[in-house]
Amino acid sequence: MYAFEYHRPTSVKEAAGLAGTAEDIKFLAGGHTLLPTMKLRLAGPANLIDLSQIAELRGIERSGDTITIGAMMKHAEVANSAELKEAIPALAEMAELIGDPHVRNRGTIGGSIANNDPSADYPAACLALNVTIITNQRKIAADDFFQGIFTTALEEGEIITQVSFKAPSQAAYVKFRNPASRYALVGVFVAKHADGVRVAVTGAGSNGVFRAADMEQALNGNFAAEALNGVTVAESEMNSDMHADAAYRAHLVGVMARRAVQAATSRG
Amino acid sequence: MTATGIGAPVRRKEDQRFVTGQGRYVDDFNRPGQAHAYFLRSPHAHAAIRSIDTGLAMIMPGVIAVFTGDDLAADKIGGLICGWMIHSKDGSPMKAGPHPALAQGKVRYVGDHVAVVIAETLAQAKDAAEAIVVDYDVLPAVVDTAQATKAQVQVHDVSPDNTVFNWHLGNKDETEAAFARAKHVTKIDLVNNRLVPNPIEPRAAVGEYDFGTDNYTLYTTSQNPHVARLVLSAFIGVAPEHKLRVIAPDVGGGFGSKIFIYAEETVCVWAAKKVKRPVKWTSDRSEAFLSDAHGRDHVTHAEMATDETGKIIALRVHTTANLGAYLSTFSSSVPTYLYAPLLSGQYDIPAIYCEVDGVYTNTAPVDAYRGAGRPEATFVVERLVEKTARELGQNPAEFRRKNYITQFPHVTPVIMTYDTGDYAASLDKALEIADYKNFDSRKQESARRGKLRGIGFSSYIEACGIAPSQAVGSLGAGVGLWESAEVRVNPTGSVEVLTGSHSHGQGHETTFAQLVSDRLGISIDQVSIVHGDTDKVQFGMGTYGSRSGAVGMSAIAKAIDKVIAKGKKVAAHVLEASEGDIEFKDGQFGVAGTDRSMAFGEIALQAYIAHKFSGQDLEPGLKEGAFYDPTNFTFPAGVHICEVEIDPDTGVTKIERWTAVDDFGVIINPMIVEGQVHGGIAQGVGQALLEGAFYDESGQLITASFNDYCMPRAIDLPSFQVGMTVTPCPSNPLGIKGCGEAGAIAAPPAVINAITDALGHEDIAMPATPQAVWRAAQKARMPMAAE
Ligand SMILES: Cc1cc2nc3c(=O)[nH]c(=O)nc-3n(C[C@H](O)[C@H](O)[C@H](O)COP(=O)(O)OP(=O)(O)OC[C@H]3O[C@@H](n4cnc5c(N)ncnc54)[C@H](O)[C@@H]3O)c2cc1C
Repeated sequence: MYAFEYHRPTSVKEAAGLAGTAEDIKFLAGGHTLLPTMKLRLAGPANLIDLSQIAELRGIERSGDTITIGAMMKHAEVANSAELKEAIPALAEMAELIGDPHVRNRGTIGGSIANNDPSADYPAACLALNVTIITNQRKIAADDFFQGIFTTALEEGEIITQVSFKAPSQAAYVKFRNPASRYALVGVFVAKHADGVRVAVTGAGSNGVFRAADMEQALNGNFAAEALNGVTVAESEMNSDMHADAAYRAHLVGVMARRAVQAATSRG
Repeated sequence: MTATGIGAPVRRKEDQRFVTGQGRYVDDFNRPGQAHAYFLRSPHAHAAIRSIDTGLAMIMPGVIAVFTGDDLAADKIGGLICGWMIHSKDGSPMKAGPHPALAQGKVRYVGDHVAVVIAETLAQAKDAAEAIVVDYDVLPAVVDTAQATKAQVQVHDVSPDNTVFNWHLGNKDETEAAFARAKHVTKIDLVNNRLVPNPIEPRAAVGEYDFGTDNYTLYTTSQNPHVARLVLSAFIGVAPEHKLRVIAPDVGGGFGSKIFIYAEETVCVWAAKKVKRPVKWTSDRSEAFLSDAHGRDHVTHAEMATDETGKIIALRVHTTANLGAYLSTFSSSVPTYLYAPLLSGQYDIPAIYCEVDGVYTNTAPVDAYRGAGRPEATFVVERLVEKTARELGQNPAEFRRKNYITQFPHVTPVIMTYDTGDYAASLDKALEIADYKNFDSRKQESARRGKLRGIGFSSYIEACGIAPSQAVGSLGAGVGLWESAEVRVNPTGSVEVLTGSHSHGQGHETTFAQLVSDRLGISIDQVSIVHGDTDKVQFGMGTYGSRSGAVGMSAIAKAIDKVIAKGKKVAAHVLEASEGDIEFKDGQFGVAGTDRSMAFGEIALQAYIAHKFSGQDLEPGLKEGAFYDPTNFTFPAGVHICEVEIDPDTGVTKIERWTAVDDFGVIINPMIVEGQVHGGIAQGVGQALLEGAFYDESGQLITASFNDYCMPRAIDLPSFQVGMTVTPCPSNPLGIKGCGEAGAIAAPPAVINAITDALGHEDIAMPATPQAVWRAAQKARMPMAAE
């Protein structure tokens, strides 16, 4: 790790102020992506702005069907939230599948979304749930937010404060883990909304998380696993690495999508 | 037997300290004035070094010194050695290229040591290492085992085609003749995948030099501190043997990787004197992946010949073994004498011929890893036996039974003399525990759910208790493989055992104490086991090759016998009887035919106060030492049965059942033995399903962290069904065979035989990852689709 200045603001305003004045800053949330990269000397920000003491970034709220989750909520808090388990069990279950207990008790929803790792789970949830990402400057639709591997719509110094979405009527997430890292080799989040089905795929796409339009169309006609028979994703758009080549990933997207629809429909 | 004697499942004495965080590992030692070392490692697999400019690094904050290979050479520090001489078929000695601790002129693998920075803090040492400017002339690399001899790349000048040796073993002519008359020949091509050892504690070293006494001390993560001292002094020449103390304190796992003498500890001892400060280095996990000696990495073609009765009549094997960029300490012995002598398996095979080509590549050195050669041999034999049975349409269990060796001693065509065993007994027990007779109905039930179920056998044998010194000497070993022990009885009757074995997870503090408890009739709480310090223990060969029970404890037993013999002399004086009438039983020295007796502790006191005998007739005190040299290897053997269920949609293989029936001879502590079996199976399953070290064409390790290198987790394993059969080992006084490596040896073919059984074809390599199994299942489906 290289030396850095450490800041611990207590409000979003203070954090944004620091981000505006200090050179070469990084926000620190759970640190579960940032700190390992710093330890390996792959990142070396001059100023680290710790978001952990900002009360505004915490909390889970439900008003009507609208759910709002603070950016600093940890995966374990999402997984164990009674409110979420009732309103959107698929999201709580997804959070339970992230990493291991250590990771879940440090990593945050805001950090995961801001990072947009191509194998992370939350980006799929955000796309499928049609989440609005709220920052200290604006509101961004998930469809506009994720812009490719480790790339988002966030501007320099912009802070995610919350995410907000309307609970779908049916939803499920099914993940095929990378055997080594336990990140998603392929993860498919399926959600049936009043205005249509959304199917989001993480881990597989060569350009990061994406929506599977053909699958959505098929499921709009019939929200059942059989509707996906013969519906595929393009192999040419899949990622390929030592754990899974494009053909295998494309195949797994189909299997995981069918299993997700099964899980969503069997939940009733 | 006492309650804590041989055979008692005593809880491990050392665990109190380990589970409460009181263990003391090398990194826990911080010496006054200590500085930190950081090694600049090669980012290239193969490059000539044009120049190294350390000027900028030298003036960075906190930097004490920067050294390169030239500095070591100027001080006449020798290179690292390989301690086992292998001769090629033509009689020529193996071609060992130079192995400097810090590179001289060339780097040969990613992670090779280029320079070392010594600084006040580790961060400062790292900062300075970044400021070292190395001008590399990058060369093409060779990484592929099978292609090594054909590559246009030369790793070492001594070996133009990258061949270290072309070695062979067995009876070639008989083998060819048997193949000529065979009814059936089964052929197989196998890759034994390269593994990274990954002990939980990474390697570490602290070197220290005392200018007052001219003594050096090295704290190091070693499985064999005396061998480390011998190599560092006699061969590398960093310090005279009598001036160097090597301490291997608590060590957090080794699996072989801590047998070897590496560059880092060499440099730490040497640099401590140069900079007049203790010098500490602790590997981080990334360095461990790159620079710990890896394991396995064989490419093999093998053929098995059978006659019309289904009897195996011959086996021939050709193996290319990747030794990496340099010959590590025992690397040459692993794919030769620790491999080919096991190719007879449990079977009566009259003719066996094996050729092994050892090759250099631009990869990390490869050396012994849990099982060392025997897992590779077992994989060949058990895959081939299974495939032969399938091709002959025979039940794999019965085919094995038909070919088992049943008469002992049995001399194999590959220089081993099996002393004892009952292979059919293990098979019967395993079949029963595995509920083999109902396997078909379980398979049908899986099929109803769209799943593929398979069952696989591994009827393994290994040679451990390494090893008779004369025998290994005649095969090229640079050392003898006896073990030593000293049993010191205190006046209060408590006992200290100094052993040359080294525990790095095995539980010696418990099992060795159990032997003392058993023999001397005292509680294990009265016994301390001292190991891992060359100033305390006079000499020892260390722990590897499942030798600590069979060899290390035999040395202790021998010393205990001497203590008892001396105790009888003391007792004869004290009890006023003739020495021949003194009996020692249940901790009491008694006079035969009388009720006169004294407890062990009382005689110990008498030995030290020496009031009841003349010090001229009998020396006071009670302390004895012994060196024990085994007369043969030991031959643990058993049958493992693995049952898997494959999801053909995803390729996920789930191990549903695991049966292990092992014959380890006499068992000291069944709980510890079961733990060894469990851990070994986990490692073997890791090799079969999950683990694989892969380099890309340029020689970059692409599985260089746990993100990509998959270690087995509890969730990957079933609850093991462990059974035992016992034929005591006749070649050592305790009847012990050894259990430390069996699981890792037995497991891989059991898993792959189960997967190939489920798939209905043989085409799957290790690690059988979900992707590989999915693809293989696709292939399996095709003929069905045509039906
Ligand atoms: C062993 C391990 C296993 C893991 N397994 C999984 C897994 O299975 N699935 C999965 O999805 N993830 C996994 N993760 C990642 C983990 O879930 C974290 O969520 C993720 O690392 C990012 O969250 P964080 O809170 O730790 O962010 P940090 O590491 O603190 O930050 C990540 C990045 O986001 C930025 N950032 C953080 N918060 C904000 C904010 N509010 N506004 C703007 N920018 C911000 C930071 O500046 C930084 O650039 C794993 C991590 C580890 C170490």
